Amino acid sequence: MLQRRQIAGLAASAAVALLRLRAAAAATAGVYIENFAFVPQRLVVPVGTTVRLTNHDDIPHTIVYAGGADSFRSPVLDSDESFTRMFDTAGTFAYFCSLHPHMRGEIEVQ
Amino acid sequence: MTDQADNVTRREAALECMRWAGGGVLWSVIGGIPRGSLISAAAADTTAFTFAQVSDSHLGFARDPNMDTSGTFQLACDEVRAMPQKPRFMIHTGDVSHLSKSAEFDAASQIMGSTGLQAFTVPGEHDILDENAYGFAQRFQKGQPDGGYFSFDQEGVHFIGLNNVGQLSAGGMGALGDTQLAWFEADLKSRAASQPVVVFAHIPLWTVAPEWGWGTADAARALTALARFGSVTVLNGHIHQVIQKVEGHVAFHTARSTAFPQPAPGTAPSPGPMKVPAGQLRSVLGVASVSLVPGQSSLAIIDTPLGA
Repeated sequence: MLQRRQIAGLAASAAVALLRLRAAAAATAGVYIENFAFVPQRLVVPVGTTVRLTNHDDIPHTIVYAGGADSFRSPVLDSDESFTRMFDTAGTFAYFCSLHPHMRGEIEVQ
Repeated sequence: MTDQADNVTRREAALECMRWAGGGVLWSVIGGIPRGSLISAAAADTTAFTFAQVSDSHLGFARDPNMDTSGTFQLACDEVRAMPQKPRFMIHTGDVSHLSKSAEFDAASQIMGSTGLQAFTVPGEHDILDENAYGFAQRFQKGQPDGGYFSFDQEGVHFIGLNNVGQLSAGGMGALGDTQLAWFEADLKSRAASQPVVVFAHIPLWTVAPEWGWGTADAARALTALARFGSVTVLNGHIHQVIQKVEGHVAFHTARSTAFPQPAPGTAPSPGPMKVPAGQLRSVLGVASVSLVPGQSSLAIIDTPLGA
């Protein structure tokens, strides 16, 4: 009994791990900055997605999310530089550019 | 008060691309390209007290339309140095650097030093980027109180340098914040209403284009504190073009950048650098010189394109 339960448990966690691995490997998404705007302005992705934000403007920008424990802040992105972040918790991340605060974007992680 | 009304009318006349000269005060102007001869015309009155304004040198930026921002900034400072009547000092209204790098601050400091003038500098949002957030204050605001704002007096004029780039928040414009506003109110409190006041900060203190963040969210409180003064001049940068506006006793003025021009609000999808043919670049960059003639409460601001 004990053994069977252990095996079942192992198999289950292996399956979960595999699913996570597959999600991590497959789920990538991109946002780019053009003309002082985030494109797409709203991005919806599954949990575990890695999002790459790239600056296509001639002017530096940043990506800042001030949301308590989950807060993040990119370094300053000069032209064609990118910032990558993996979103491993569900939620809505409304971020902005700290240099040009009228630039706002949103990543919804489901 | 009739004198004030007169000044306002005169300032409005300036907005119509006109210039006037009265008692040596000369105001020239906007819309089209200002002529360099105006600087010497302004300097004809040697009793005037002048100071120069440079802005948005963006040292470190090297893309279309300006691959040599050090070169154009040096030209601007050369013009300041060459003014027939030596300005008393200069102000830099921010975005000294493009990426807050030490090398950019070093170069700017050296170029400004070539004028031989004392410089008062307020930060732009490009000067306080994460990597080197304190480099600006260490380099340009030594001995001044923390926070990037300060005041001083010259020739009876009270000058206040403000920092409206330290508290940028999502969806917003520039901001001064309660602490700085309280200091500002206290700084003005004991002053006579007849003393001319010059306020300078990076982002315009009036709302030029909210969709581009071109304004200061809590500027109204600062303007309320300035309301009793007979002559107030507000000098800003940030938007890389000359825009002027007069409201009551307050004249607002933004300076050109010495690096690259930006589009007028509503004329482009974004406020990014305007691409201009190389031969025309210098005509859209420049320096402003400001004169105060004793006995006159208004200030004359003369914008000069580089290479004019």
